[in-house]
Amino acid sequence: MKLPIVREDDPGANTLLRDDPKFASQKIAFFQYTAIGVFLFLITGFWDLQIRNPEVYQERALENSVKSIPVLAPRGKILDRDGRVIVDNHSSFSLYLSRENLKMEHLRPIAEGLNLDYDSLVARVQRFQSRRAPTYQPIPIKEELTPGELAFVDSHKDLATFPELEVVRVQHRLYPRDGMAAHVIGYVGEISESELDSPELARFHQGDIIGKDGIEREYNDQLMGVDGQKRVEVDSFGNERHVLDDKEAIPGKSLQLTIDLDLQAVAELTLENRKGAVVALDPRTGEVLAMVSRPAFDPNLFAGRIRSKDWKELMDNPAHPLLNRAIQAQQAPGSTFKPIVALAGLETGAIDDSFSVNCPGGASFYGSYHKCWHVHGTISLHRALVQSCDTYFYNVGNRLGIDRIAQYADMVGYGHKTGIDLPHEAEGLVPSSKWKVRNFRERWYPSETISVAIGQGATTVTPLQMASAIGGLAVGGMWYQPHLVKDAAHLPPARRSEINLENLGKVLSGMCGVVNEGGTGVRAHLPNVVVCGKTGSAQLVSNAALKAGLKQTQDLKDNAWFVGFAPRDNPEIVVAALFENGEHGQLAAPIVRDVIKAYFDKKARLAQPLPQVTRVPSGLLQAPPPVASAAVPPTGVSEDATAVNP
Amino acid sequence: MAAHRSLRDFDWLMLILVSAICGLGMLQIYSATRDTQFTEAWWKQGIWIFAGFIALWIGTLIDYHTLLGQVAVFYGLSIATLVATFAVGTTIFGSRRWIGSPSYHIQPSEFVKLVIVLLVARYLSEYKGDRLELRDLFKLAGLVGLPMILVMIQPDLGTALTYVPILAVGVFLAGFRWQYAVAILVIVALVAPVSYWLVLKDYQRQRVVSFLDPNQDPKGSGYQVIQSKIAVGAGALWGRGVTKGTQTQGRFLPVPQKDFIFSAFAEEHGFVGVIVALGLYFLLLMQIVQNAQTASDRAGMYICMGVAALLLFHVLVNVGMVVGRMPVTGIPLPLMSSGGSNIVAMFLMLGLVNNVRLRRFVN
Repeated sequence: MKLPIVREDDPGANTLLRDDPKFASQKIAFFQYTAIGVFLFLITGFWDLQIRNPEVYQERALENSVKSIPVLAPRGKILDRDGRVIVDNHSSFSLYLSRENLKMEHLRPIAEGLNLDYDSLVARVQRFQSRRAPTYQPIPIKEELTPGELAFVDSHKDLATFPELEVVRVQHRLYPRDGMAAHVIGYVGEISESELDSPELARFHQGDIIGKDGIEREYNDQLMGVDGQKRVEVDSFGNERHVLDDKEAIPGKSLQLTIDLDLQAVAELTLENRKGAVVALDPRTGEVLAMVSRPAFDPNLFAGRIRSKDWKELMDNPAHPLLNRAIQAQQAPGSTFKPIVALAGLETGAIDDSFSVNCPGGASFYGSYHKCWHVHGTISLHRALVQSCDTYFYNVGNRLGIDRIAQYADMVGYGHKTGIDLPHEAEGLVPSSKWKVRNFRERWYPSETISVAIGQGATTVTPLQMASAIGGLAVGGMWYQPHLVKDAAHLPPARRSEINLENLGKVLSGMCGVVNEGGTGVRAHLPNVVVCGKTGSAQLVSNAALKAGLKQTQDLKDNAWFVGFAPRDNPEIVVAALFENGEHGQLAAPIVRDVIKAYFDKKARLAQPLPQVTRVPSGLLQAPPPVASAAVPPTGVSEDATAVNP
Repeated sequence: MAAHRSLRDFDWLMLILVSAICGLGMLQIYSATRDTQFTEAWWKQGIWIFAGFIALWIGTLIDYHTLLGQVAVFYGLSIATLVATFAVGTTIFGSRRWIGSPSYHIQPSEFVKLVIVLLVARYLSEYKGDRLELRDLFKLAGLVGLPMILVMIQPDLGTALTYVPILAVGVFLAGFRWQYAVAILVIVALVAPVSYWLVLKDYQRQRVVSFLDPNQDPKGSGYQVIQSKIAVGAGALWGRGVTKGTQTQGRFLPVPQKDFIFSAFAEEHGFVGVIVALGLYFLLLMQIVQNAQTASDRAGMYICMGVAALLLFHVLVNVGMVVGRMPVTGIPLPLMSSGGSNIVAMFLMLGLVNNVRLRRFVN
């Protein structure tokens, strides 16, 4: 378009022409094209984001707003035989790092804010990342958050700061104080890398808390629930907006044990500050009524992720507090073995009632002299058991030979696991000629049998085995499998042995004499109930070594045993006590006595009728003043009051 | 004159377009502020729009020639108000741009836009040259520059920059030697880096940095751009539905009812919605330009084109920011963003355009 030519010297025409608004129409058209350009420029921007690759942004919007939060299933409670709670849970907060929006560079400030060790945090995160678990599984990094730490998380969990922070309410394990029943219960802990690699634990995930020992481990599947998961939409401050989907956690089932807390407490107390174990069984069922091992540990230290310092302390403790002595201590049974040797003698006919021996304080066999702890003179079976005469049993053993002793030791359950529902049970050892050949490529020398006959030599048993063995004899040769869980399914039927009950009766009455006829176990005597039992002192070093000048330090002192059952007829409880370095079996007897006493005291208490409360005659309450009685019509309240009165 | 004015001559198409845009805006404000402390924002916006229509009508009534005659007064008032803003203004987010209490306040710099439009129209329509000479240009630039600097030091760079396109388009229409234009561009190119260090505040420099590379500053304005792009992209073709956009509803978008309203809109209405909304803006713009073309005199044409330039600049910068193609300047999207001063000022300017249209048959 041609602009009108305007002359400077023609103001009138100029004004008129200049005021023509059309003069700029070309430039306005240019403006229009520019506008079109601008809008196209903007639209291509939207095209890029919304049409060409919206998935990228949709995913990022999802990452922004959707969080997966684990809903942890609480573990089942552990109850005693009366339904009292032994192990409970308590509620606490744990901190998780959500992996969906985890940034490694955030770890340092997070570690600083929460007083965590940065290097181990990084190592932990990398360990979780390396396993290729699905990203919706967050990484637990701290437990039992304090209010201060919760405040830190709350003020930093927004999108612009550390959106990976996530607080989850968890049910933490709460164990009894002072290590009570610690070895029975065991403990839980985070699944380790090596456990994850093992095929039977492969179904668990990193960060899962599983039973590591004791009942917690043995019944982990029942106690452990199934964790749920919640997917929630959050806003930019990390606050939950609404729940997208919610897979609820299935809590673990409670587990009722056969343990009687009353008995357990007494057993714990009697062993206080000693090293040893106590096992109390009901020989009629195999139910474990109490099981104590001392020294104990505090399972609460393990309840989550144990600090390495505590772990080291436990591992380095020379007394091995983690060892469950009740099922893992394999010690020579000492004289408690004598009833079994006696039974073997009677059953095989190696001895009979009339068999007697002169005990001048020892005897020589195969060229070496074996001492007895006392001079007993002429002695036969009953008194030999009551007085625990070694000389008598040297002779019985010599007549029996090792394999017949082994046969009867095997019969009562020594040398193999009882099959109790606890992990890591030890099996002990019953030496035999076969065993010798197999392990030492050497034949058994009859001279070796002599010390086996009094429970020394290679023979070892666990306290549980001993309680089970003697308990089985006490009920007439029936061995029920010891177990800890009340409704134990799949228990094998009781093992029965064809023992001549007359022979058995002779052995048991010998054990009765031990306690009640001034024998070695008089300390186990109780006034109201007939306790039978047997002491045992197991040497840790041979007398020869002692003579050679080895000093008898605390650690080398003899182990004291006592195994007892009560009552004499139809026994209800059998208790075995091991008092390590307790020197003499007489010292273990009171432990057993106390537990048996507690059992019968409780039984008597429960059998006693509740004290009668004097009834207030109801007429006294029902005598209102005559005026009020006339004025007030019978109401619901007064009717109730009459109903209460018979 | 009054005889020529009738309801039929009113720019009904413009009113329909404006109402449609405002309606989309209100809907989006409603959706973006649900469950927040700003839940009343949508009906407050409605009241402002109603006030805007009254302002539009007033802006139509008084002959724009009369208004042009009073430009000096308006200009003086503007400068005085801007200076007063420093003295008695309300500081929000570290910037002193408002007069009033923190809950009820107006932003004078929005109304100054209107004065700039009138000023440029008056100055250029009175100019009697074929081309604008450098001296006159500097004079006009100085007149526009004074309020601009006052706004800039509030600090409110975004609003201050919106005065530039009014001046630029005016000068472009008035005629200008391209050599001068090139020279000025070169000078600006030289001055820009210097002013980047000397004039811009830290937060403004930060915005430039994060515009060039949003990932450098993912927590500040870079964060805003990233979240805005996520919101837009997540909207895809059809959008996620009103009140269904997680970016908007979860407050991942900063102020989704104000500067980032188009981002929220794009998330919830998708590409289709974006095309519709931008189409409405484009038609509105073309309608204003058409009014410029049919204006009875130069002054009317300059007024319409000034408003058109302002609108185009606003849309470019705001919507460009939403898709990450423009730096974060913090200027609202006219007619959609929540905010009273901006709405009323915009309606007043549309009133001026209508004013020009109603008086196109003079002579």
